[in-house]
Amino acid sequence: MTQILNPLASPLVKGHAMPVQSPDDTAHTPMIHTTVPHAHAAAPVGEPKIKARDVKVFYGDKQALFDVNIDIPAKSVTAFIGPSGCGKSTFLRSINRMNDTIPSARVEGSIEIDGADVNLKSVDPVVLRSRVGMVFQKPNPFPKTIFENVAYGPRIHGLATGKVELEAIVESSLKKAGLWNEVADRLHQPGTGLSGGQQQRLVIARAIAVSPEVILMDEPCSALDPIATARIEELIDELRSQFCIVIVTHSMAQAARVSQRTAFFHLGKLVESGPTEEMFTNPRDSRTQDYITGRFG
Amino acid sequence: MTDATFGAAPPRSAASTAMEARLKKRHRSERIFKAQGLAAIIVALVFLVVLVGRIVSQGYTTFESHTLSVPVYLNPDRIDRSDLTGVNYDYIVAEAMMKKLGVQDDDLGTVSTKVQDLVSRDFGFQLLNKIKADPSLIGKTITVSGSLKADADLYFKGEIKRSTAEGDRKLDNQQLDWLEQLRKSGAIKSGFNFAFFTNSDSTEPEQAGVLGAVVGSAMMLIITALIAVPVGVLAATYLEEFAPKNRWTDIIEVNINNLAAVPSIVYGLLGLALFINWLNVPRSSPLVGGLVLALMALPTVIIATRSALKAVPPSIREAALGVGASKTQTVFHHVLPLAMPGVMTGAILSLAHALGETAPLLMIGMVSFVPGVPEGFTGAATVLPVQVFIWENASERAFHERTAAAIIVLLVFMIVMNAAAVIMRRRFERRW
Amino acid sequence: MLTWLSLIVLALFSGAAFVAGRRRAVAATGGRARVLHSLPNYYGTYAALWAGAPAALLLLAGAMFGGRVEDAVLQSTRPAAVQALEPDRQAVFYSDAQAIAAKQSPSEVAYEGDLKVALDAKVAEAKRVGTLINVGMLAAAAVLALAGFLLAFPRISTEFRARNRVEGWIGVLLIGCSVAAVLTTLGIVLSLVWESWRFFQSVNPLSFLFGTEWSPQIAMRADQVASAGAFGAVPLFAGTFLIMFIAMLVAAPVGLYSAIYLSEYASRGVRGVVKPLLEILAGVPTVVYGFFAALTVGPIFRAGFNALGAMLVGTMPGVGQYLMEVQNQMALVAGVVMGIMLIPFVSSLSDDIINAVPQTLRDGSYAMGATKSETVKKVILPAALPGIMAAMLLAVSRAVGETMIVTMAAGLQAKMTVNPLDTVTTVTVQIVTLLTGDQEFDSPKTLSAFGLGLTLFVVTLCLNIVALRIVQKYREQYD
Repeated sequence: MTQILNPLASPLVKGHAMPVQSPDDTAHTPMIHTTVPHAHAAAPVGEPKIKARDVKVFYGDKQALFDVNIDIPAKSVTAFIGPSGCGKSTFLRSINRMNDTIPSARVEGSIEIDGADVNLKSVDPVVLRSRVGMVFQKPNPFPKTIFENVAYGPRIHGLATGKVELEAIVESSLKKAGLWNEVADRLHQPGTGLSGGQQQRLVIARAIAVSPEVILMDEPCSALDPIATARIEELIDELRSQFCIVIVTHSMAQAARVSQRTAFFHLGKLVESGPTEEMFTNPRDSRTQDYITGRFG
Repeated sequence: MTDATFGAAPPRSAASTAMEARLKKRHRSERIFKAQGLAAIIVALVFLVVLVGRIVSQGYTTFESHTLSVPVYLNPDRIDRSDLTGVNYDYIVAEAMMKKLGVQDDDLGTVSTKVQDLVSRDFGFQLLNKIKADPSLIGKTITVSGSLKADADLYFKGEIKRSTAEGDRKLDNQQLDWLEQLRKSGAIKSGFNFAFFTNSDSTEPEQAGVLGAVVGSAMMLIITALIAVPVGVLAATYLEEFAPKNRWTDIIEVNINNLAAVPSIVYGLLGLALFINWLNVPRSSPLVGGLVLALMALPTVIIATRSALKAVPPSIREAALGVGASKTQTVFHHVLPLAMPGVMTGAILSLAHALGETAPLLMIGMVSFVPGVPEGFTGAATVLPVQVFIWENASERAFHERTAAAIIVLLVFMIVMNAAAVIMRRRFERRW
Repeated sequence: MLTWLSLIVLALFSGAAFVAGRRRAVAATGGRARVLHSLPNYYGTYAALWAGAPAALLLLAGAMFGGRVEDAVLQSTRPAAVQALEPDRQAVFYSDAQAIAAKQSPSEVAYEGDLKVALDAKVAEAKRVGTLINVGMLAAAAVLALAGFLLAFPRISTEFRARNRVEGWIGVLLIGCSVAAVLTTLGIVLSLVWESWRFFQSVNPLSFLFGTEWSPQIAMRADQVASAGAFGAVPLFAGTFLIMFIAMLVAAPVGLYSAIYLSEYASRGVRGVVKPLLEILAGVPTVVYGFFAALTVGPIFRAGFNALGAMLVGTMPGVGQYLMEVQNQMALVAGVVMGIMLIPFVSSLSDDIINAVPQTLRDGSYAMGATKSETVKKVILPAALPGIMAAMLLAVSRAVGETMIVTMAAGLQAKMTVNPLDTVTTVTVQIVTLLTGDQEFDSPKTLSAFGLGLTLFVVTLCLNIVALRIVQKYREQYD
């Protein structure tokens, strides 16, 4: 299900318009936020990929997230927007239980992926994270070669039975991340030697290599220049056909460019969520409107 | 993609049992690795417990000692008034003890010799001093008390056992019987061993104490502190605040970092060649020891001061310069006082380290036997760690007990200094 | 005594100069303090510094080197009777002459005839020279103090920039203190090289560095020139290396694993307890470890091996017999205890290094679904490898230079062996053995300690420079 229509068209050119969707990109599931689901072109079909109910996150005594309820559809891009410190990254990190690595963090409520709660004791975060990949704010390639960076995931999860298969995974991941042409001749040079934008695409390739179902992106372009940003946004648009992508971003323009659905967080609460176009043209909550029109941020 | 859990098996996979097996293996290796880490910590802590426990168990008995009080008749027949120092006081003490025990000396003097082996020679010196002070005591009976000889002391502490074959122990059965008899009669009492803290080194274990070594250590540390702290702080201030960044200061910096890692014994060789042979500083003196340790502590003081100065934010400097203070005023009125807690913490820690240092002091003649408190900064002295080394080398068993006790004293001093540093850090350190 | 007294007088004079300088500055303002360039105290300090500092430096130099000048003057003319003496007897003669002149107790050597005459003459000369030096020094100091004051005082006026001048003095003081660190290195290098050079005049450096026989006692006999084989240091290097190797076998895994556990697994509470405990282990003086090795670990190991030997003697008589004869002073004991000593050192260095690995790398690995141990083994350790290697090098350098543990727990027999149950000796043990007690300073035996010291210094210096360089590069990488 690759993008056929506009793989080369820069999202920047499209301005505020929604990215052109491929005809068969109809697997959108409804966003159940309010009792009355909003009518939208992408009609609600089937179960959401990720279903969060009453999610609260605490850091020690401090509550960072209040009762978040959201549904995230498969095979589409959902953007989390909101001012800094509003809890959007916190929520993102609780989807693949990265908050486990912070000793004082505590998550309540349920986050279900395909109907299975990720916060259950019986859930192995190792397995969970192999299904839910993550890309961080700052490109963080391991201080290893480009090849080893991408091969890391398949190696630890035992996804390849031999060298040939591993090389095939690496190659296809790098191709999907649009990096293959740039690095094919220097796979065995350190990944840290790439430019910032290339590093971020390398990290995306690394995440793709374990064939996750969900990819979480925590402000993936905030450390990049505009051209590299455009390249990543294009890539996100291409990947949408295969993965459920959740992206945290500061830039409303970016949210408008890459996402089909948008959720607005403010002071630890999910204010509203819905189809991107609608959110930007006709927000229901005044806080969303204020934020989008730049009254605060 | 409808598996209800993530824990049991990764979904999608066709060979899900293989994946499951692999996952199990991964988690097992995780547990093993974590257990290895924990084991390493436990091993390190066990070493600490064994080390400290062993030393305490070997040394604590020193703090108890057994003293004998016995009435001594100062027999005028045995005391030559014209030659008081030539009198055999030990025999007079032995006589008094034999009387107390109700035994008679034989012609060869074996009984009196055996009795003398039970008490310290200190008794004899006490008699001499008392008579010297007041000759009218001659002919009277006075009560003298003093410590038992180390072997007798060890018997009461259970270190020498009756079950050991008679030939293998220092005291024979008869002597042990006497000791029991004296204790039953109340002549031998046990108490806190004050003498260990008020005496200096001695060839007789029961007389040996740590006072001389403690005073020697203190004097040496004073010298070290007076040199290393000001010079180190000023040097660090220059390097951190004033020095231009060029090749020379780079060399100085590399040089200081390396000096901090030079083996301490090399400083001893430097002290021997430079201070003793070239500058003729007296050997074995607190002065030369303090100088050597000062050179050794200097790099650590500099490094600690520099990091304390680095922690003071530039805004403080800018604020002071902004109101028209000169660079020197800025540093000495604002930056250095703010860095002082860190500086003092570092200084105390390096002084504590210097207190425990032994090897370089062996090079500058501090291993000599020094009975008594050092006479001054240029007199012969010994220090605590060297005292430990000297006693450890002694063959008498009683010295091993004292070695451990001296270590306890040394450790107490070091813990006090470290605690002072920690408290200072906690109380005054500010986070910017 | 004289020096102290004169320093006190000088301090008083300097204090007076301070007061005078301050008064003059205040008087010059005519009551309007603001016209002064600097605060009045700076003027006082300026005067006090010129009055006190040069003279004080002169007095200190006199105290340090006066004796050497006196020696040189006394020994410049040598009476015939003295020249007939052996060199070391001559030294005693001169030190006696000085001791008598200073009314201290001379040695017990009896001087008769010509020597007695010469001695009396020298005593008189020593008194004369000593007085001359003292008086000369005092006079010079007085002149300097007065001249300094007279130079500084008239310059004090409202325009005079006293603060800048005083800060100049402070700058000189600061630079002087910094140079002290360099001088220490220079002192170490010069003294080691100088004494080693004297040693290498009687022993060929090549046979020292590559010779395989070490028995410095042979050279002690007066009739025997140091034989070439007696100062071969290779067995010492071998012993040092063996003990260092055993120590690292203990310290490297335990230290590294505890660092990993503390930084990656332990909760805050555990870290808060364990780290200070390890610091205690690090703060224990080495002489304590030596005592522990000699009186606890040594006997236990010996008893253990002897018991093992008794068990094995039936099946493997050779091994059993050997084990039954194992002594306390084996390389294993010194090595293991030294390893214990190095655990906190390795652990805290590795801890720093591991903590310097950015959190983003850990996050990246965890987000891929890696377990903690996979993250440690495949991401953190490879990233931290140079730093950890450097930490190990520093630990090796510590082990090589460590003195007390080996002095108390290793032996004195220079052997070339890799058997950890054998007794070996090390470079540092030999330095201590050669230099404790009273020795002739000129004998090759004593001087060989400096040869060993120089070798030790060079080896540890190389290790440290390489290690510190790696650590620096490593830190720059992640800063």
